[in-house]
Amino acid sequence: MKLQFLVQLTYITASILFAFGLKFLSSPVTARRGNMLSAAGMLLAVLATLAGQHIISWQWIILGLVIGSALGTFVAFKASMTQMPEMIALLHGCGALASVFVDWVHYEHLLHLPVFSIGPVESFMLYISIVIGALTFSGSLIAWGKLSERLPGKAIVFAGQQFFNLLILAGILISGVLFLMEPARIELFYAFLALATLFGVFLVIPIGGADMPVVISVLNSYSGVVACTTGFVINNTLLIVVGALVGANGIILSIIMCKAMNRSLTNVLFGGFGQVKKKSGDSIKKDVHPVSVEDAQLILEAAKSVIFAPGYGMAVAQAQHAVRELTQVLENNGCEVKFAIHPVAGRMPGHMNVLLAEANIPYDQLLEMETANPLMETMDVAIVIGANDTVNPAAMHDKSSPIYGMPIIETFKAKTVFVIKRSMATGFAGVENELFYYDNTCMIFGDAKDVIQRIVAEFKTK
Amino acid sequence: MNDPLAYQLFILALSVFLGFALISKVPPLLHTPLMSEANAICGIIIVGALIAAGIDAESPFTIALGVSAVALAAFNVVGGYLVTERMLKMFKKKDSAK
Repeated sequence: MKLQFLVQLTYITASILFAFGLKFLSSPVTARRGNMLSAAGMLLAVLATLAGQHIISWQWIILGLVIGSALGTFVAFKASMTQMPEMIALLHGCGALASVFVDWVHYEHLLHLPVFSIGPVESFMLYISIVIGALTFSGSLIAWGKLSERLPGKAIVFAGQQFFNLLILAGILISGVLFLMEPARIELFYAFLALATLFGVFLVIPIGGADMPVVISVLNSYSGVVACTTGFVINNTLLIVVGALVGANGIILSIIMCKAMNRSLTNVLFGGFGQVKKKSGDSIKKDVHPVSVEDAQLILEAAKSVIFAPGYGMAVAQAQHAVRELTQVLENNGCEVKFAIHPVAGRMPGHMNVLLAEANIPYDQLLEMETANPLMETMDVAIVIGANDTVNPAAMHDKSSPIYGMPIIETFKAKTVFVIKRSMATGFAGVENELFYYDNTCMIFGDAKDVIQRIVAEFKTK
Repeated sequence: MNDPLAYQLFILALSVFLGFALISKVPPLLHTPLMSEANAICGIIIVGALIAAGIDAESPFTIALGVSAVALAAFNVVGGYLVTERMLKMFKKKDSAK
């Protein structure tokens, strides 16, 4: 009795440490301390559980801990910052699968008791937990596959997809209702476990690359919900508290991401940009102004202020370190350099910030969209690198555009805009970018990294 | 508050509010580390996994499930915290970056 009380006290301490961990993330100065506190809380919780539990098979537990920790360490140090979105997706998937297994063991345990008994709330929570856990697991694996390009990153759609999804959903609901009436029937348990896994696959498959930030946020929220419901199933308050924290986190991030694209969550998850009809006919070929690297360098040399608008293309080209070099050269030349970061740039919330921080760019130069836009008019040069839809002025005035209403980085207000791009291809939304045809826009065609490096080289030969 | 379910729902409601209050303060700059840290603490399921792996094992199957749960959750926890630490270490202010 006394021991159990101590375990509970430790759990409370752990939750407080987790809360502080999140609180300290409100500033980059304290964030690392917060992460440390949070990890300490986790260690406490694990030790308390081991001490408070009447554990029989230590050897197995230690085996599991060692394997999991070793793999975790290996992956955490191996992953590059560009790979961060897929890493997070993979971690989500593993956490969700662990929850499913915990619920499963609990259910098997109940089935093997001399008298099977399960309350209605417990069976309901078990059902919810398994369904969301299974679909989070398979959905995360698909997201991981797409982000790491093991699967095609584009939206995969087929005829009758919505109908097919509804069919699976109906199956999940029916097996669930039957299960709640007769919770001892394990075949029903298997049925919704399998169907939910399948559902997760079909939920994420039709979602294309640039919508990934939303998907990852939603999966994050789900993994919190699963931890929470598992807490109800195995009667563990700590799981409920942490699950609620993580669930709230995912919801907030999903909302921020959706707002930044001016789309609703249902539109992102079920609508799909894939169906956007290409407008034909009215694509009058206007003139673009291509400039050479040499000319670009001359303009940059005269510039007193430069702002970068990076996008996923910068990550693909691995250009962040070259950008850092150019930043340094420009600063040595007495120029002020800033970065304007769109909330959905990249493949997950905050992706660009991490990439630029990795390239050793101080975070006080990374501006949020709201801070950057009012400064735009005072900027001599804005450099768009690997971004497209997030800088398209059509979003501000063209009501017929699919991206109308989406807040953008208003690079067109700068005196000169450089767009570094391989070709004139459209962005994720499949819409032409007006910015390219503006009078103050100069196109520099080529690979982002290569172009930046050549500009830096130009500077150095002077 | 004698009913354990009511008590748990009570805690759930307050935790959700706490979560919203804490997370809305995190700047977009740190959204990726936020996500990975949330991910790491979500590995708290390791507590459930340890209990699952430790209870009287009915069959090799439940042992396997329990141990896999421990391994997966440990992967989640360790991977999550280390990757967050790696990212946070990179965020520097102007004067200290050079």
